[in-house]
Amino acid sequence: MKHYNKLVRPYLIWSVLIILVPIIMIVLYSVTTGGNALVNISFTLKNFTKIGEPIYLEVLKKSLVLGFVSVSICLVLGYILAYFITKFKDSVQDLLILLVTIPMWINTLLRTYAWISLLSDNGLINSFLGLFGMDAKTFMYTDFAVVIGLVSDILPFMVIPIHTSIRKIDRSLIEAAQDLGADKVQTFMKVTLKMSIPGVINGVMMTFLLSISTFVIPKLLGGGQYMLIGNLIENQFISVGNWNFGSAISIILTAIILIGLTLMKKFDRDDREEELERAKNK
Amino acid sequence: MNDALIELRGLSKNYEDQQVLKGIDLTIHRNEFLTLLGPSGCGKTTTLRIIAGFEEPSGGEVLFDGIDISKIPSHKREVNTVFQKYALFPFLNVYDNVAFGLKLKKMDETMIDHKVKHMLSLIGLSDYAKRDVTSLSGGQQQRVAIARALVNEPKVLLLDEPLGALDAKLRKGMQIELKKIQREVGITFIFVTHDQEEALSMSDTVVVMNEGIIQQVGTPEDIYNEPENRFVASFIGESNIIEAVMKQDLLVSFDGYDFPCVDKGFKTNEDVEVVIRPEDIDIVKPEDAKLKGVVKSIIFKGVHHEIVVEAEHRNYLIHTTDYFEPGLVVGLSFGPDDIHVMYRMDWE
Repeated sequence: MKHYNKLVRPYLIWSVLIILVPIIMIVLYSVTTGGNALVNISFTLKNFTKIGEPIYLEVLKKSLVLGFVSVSICLVLGYILAYFITKFKDSVQDLLILLVTIPMWINTLLRTYAWISLLSDNGLINSFLGLFGMDAKTFMYTDFAVVIGLVSDILPFMVIPIHTSIRKIDRSLIEAAQDLGADKVQTFMKVTLKMSIPGVINGVMMTFLLSISTFVIPKLLGGGQYMLIGNLIENQFISVGNWNFGSAISIILTAIILIGLTLMKKFDRDDREEELERAKNK
Repeated sequence: MNDALIELRGLSKNYEDQQVLKGIDLTIHRNEFLTLLGPSGCGKTTTLRIIAGFEEPSGGEVLFDGIDISKIPSHKREVNTVFQKYALFPFLNVYDNVAFGLKLKKMDETMIDHKVKHMLSLIGLSDYAKRDVTSLSGGQQQRVAIARALVNEPKVLLLDEPLGALDAKLRKGMQIELKKIQREVGITFIFVTHDQEEALSMSDTVVVMNEGIIQQVGTPEDIYNEPENRFVASFIGESNIIEAVMKQDLLVSFDGYDFPCVDKGFKTNEDVEVVIRPEDIDIVKPEDAKLKGVVKSIIFKGVHHEIVVEAEHRNYLIHTTDYFEPGLVVGLSFGPDDIHVMYRMDWE
């Protein structure tokens, strides 16, 4: 066996090159000052304290709130969708899940452009409203447009794990609840919902991750002035050229995501342990 | 008898184009331990699920205390079920699993506590109240499942092959325990199994089913000693089933000889089938019996030997504690009450 371990080495080198080195670079940039030159390094924490400035705190807060709102909407819509999909027979379920994933096959940019043509001042929705003599409404470049774009982008990542967890619930658990006197609503609240929590947690983790780091959707649907943390990072690297500050924000964003994931995992762990235990008993 | 609790009348069930129940008529009494016995696909589980309310019958009625309940949803029925794989709620501990039904009934907390604790002591799991159900052994989970159902004080407990997942020794223990619990709580148990030994050792009444039809209803002794047809005879235990002709009352003819028997009420010269249990045949000297044959094989089975004797018309299966050399010419002897005559049925 030891002999084959050597075969892993190229992969290890490759991983170090493309994963570890960039991370080290980012960390290095975040704690140094001035330019991109690495010749005369002077360390500082100024990049991190800079995020404390009200303008940046505002961006951070807005990102978190928007992420929270999008994930919440996704959770409600996604759960309902996933639940009703499980009511169909297996072959139909597979087809419906395929339909849910189809948008993912198309580039995000294209999908977002599609929303522009729907939401713009003389877009499809406003033209439709015009038919009924209603005034054109402004959808583009609002929070509403960004949330709609985000939700439609990340919804599949919520639906799939929830659907999987509901689908694998043992049918006899549902029957046991009914047998013990639970009506449909009680059965759902006391069994289906509880058993689907691992799926919900996975879905929330994935969609939160995607929504907080996005920058294409807010840029296109929110307009040039619309600033989320993803856009802020993009700006620092591409327009402003302050790689040090950009790196610091990236690290803060990573930290926020990591904390979120850890909290979620803590919830999830109990369920995992139960499953393990059950597997052992078999 | 007026102690009928459940009556099934002309119960039928179709799945798409397949008919799994073809008209079941059955009366189940109070305090009865009734077993639905049959091979897989015979409709026994479907019958149970219809009584539980998980399936709607395609035709017929389910009367509970004289009232048709076939349209009443399962959560409103006075029956509880012990599921094949227990179906305990993995997110609740032992106590909360047992308390599940009572909490739904919005019962007083102290009352719930009293009942759950009483039930846990009945099944001998008082010390396990706070344990995770997934950490219990199969036998313990089984008992929690029984407690969870019984604590609701149903009029009928339905058990869907509850011992199937246990190993042989544990299963024997649970059979005795189930019977004991049934006597203690004094309610009707409807038990589904494909294990004939289990059915015979636990039940007051055994219902043998095959292909969606009831083959025979009777006490375990009736079912074993007086099977009504070839299916029941061959499904319950091992037997010699022989095509025969009923010459007249108390006289049956097969393999070229007439034998006195204890059955009557058949038509003269009616085609019948005869069943003789292997332990009812005695091996004697050839000159002492009408039927003669050669010992073809002998297998030691622990308590007895299983011997196949090749006679002129067929092979006979015999269980005996004695040993006979293969190749030996022997006589086969049985008394009138060892012969059981059945109506002949066509089985394809």
